[in-house]
Amino acid sequence: MLAAIAFYAMAATAIVSAFAVISARNPVHSVLFLILTFFSAAGLFVLMGAEFLAMLLVVVYVGAVAVLFLFVVMMLDVDFVELRQGFLNYLPVGALVALALFAELGLVASAAGQAGAGRAALSLGGPGEVTNAEAIGRVLYTDYLLVFQLAGLILFVAMLGAIVLTLRHRPGVKRQDIAKQVGRRRSEGVELKDVRPGQGIV
Amino acid sequence: MEIGLAHYLFVAAALFTIGVFGIFVNRKNVIVILMSIELVLLAVNINLVAFSAFLHDISGQIFALMVLTVAAAEAAVGLAILVTYFRNRGSIAVEDINLMKG
Repeated sequence: MLAAIAFYAMAATAIVSAFAVISARNPVHSVLFLILTFFSAAGLFVLMGAEFLAMLLVVVYVGAVAVLFLFVVMMLDVDFVELRQGFLNYLPVGALVALALFAELGLVASAAGQAGAGRAALSLGGPGEVTNAEAIGRVLYTDYLLVFQLAGLILFVAMLGAIVLTLRHRPGVKRQDIAKQVGRRRSEGVELKDVRPGQGIV
Repeated sequence: MEIGLAHYLFVAAALFTIGVFGIFVNRKNVIVILMSIELVLLAVNINLVAFSAFLHDISGQIFALMVLTVAAAEAAVGLAILVTYFRNRGSIAVEDINLMKG
């Protein structure tokens, strides 16, 4: 009973805040509602017994992605009122596509629910079994080792891409060139002058 | 009433639909489009975890992990492109981006 109440609360929060993400006037509010959506989704994950992914969702999305969005929204000085023009133009076709999509997905969801009605209730692991994190670790580093490595590669390439895209070299800015400093020879740095007595260096 | 697979699938379907709808109605604002894509990927994740719990197979959560990785990478690169674009043009209107072709 409590699980059902928790499910409906989380699901309602997730859907309402997801709708607020796309309809909020201020993009900062959108980002905050996005955080709320991810939090509710993490709650749903916990209800399903996937604690590890729930925590990962909170850490990665709320901790990293949402803050990244917040940074960009606040850093860019954009007139967001102007960007909202055309909202109503695209509304009918968007609503049409969304309705059709939801009808199809709902059909599939009910069919899948019907097909699995005889199965056991939705849960991962009971008492006495291994924890969710341990179960993931057991397969992640053995059967899915290549997937794990691929994930690392994707993150690495994304990191390099983000750095390369946003790096810029402004002309006229003095920078330290360590190779040039280290590679200096004595002949470039020191000049011997033959100073005559009483004349000094001209 | 028992909370079963269909309930979670309906939530995921609603989130997916809202994400697609957001891409449609916010045609000018790239930031909201990126957030809508995140919503769509979150819906996919909910589906994967729901089926993982339903079938008692942990593999679905590994795939959810993969989707999470790709979503994070996509957000990072997308926002980097956005910052570069804003620096060059002074606006983030999507409709002008086709100027970049050739």
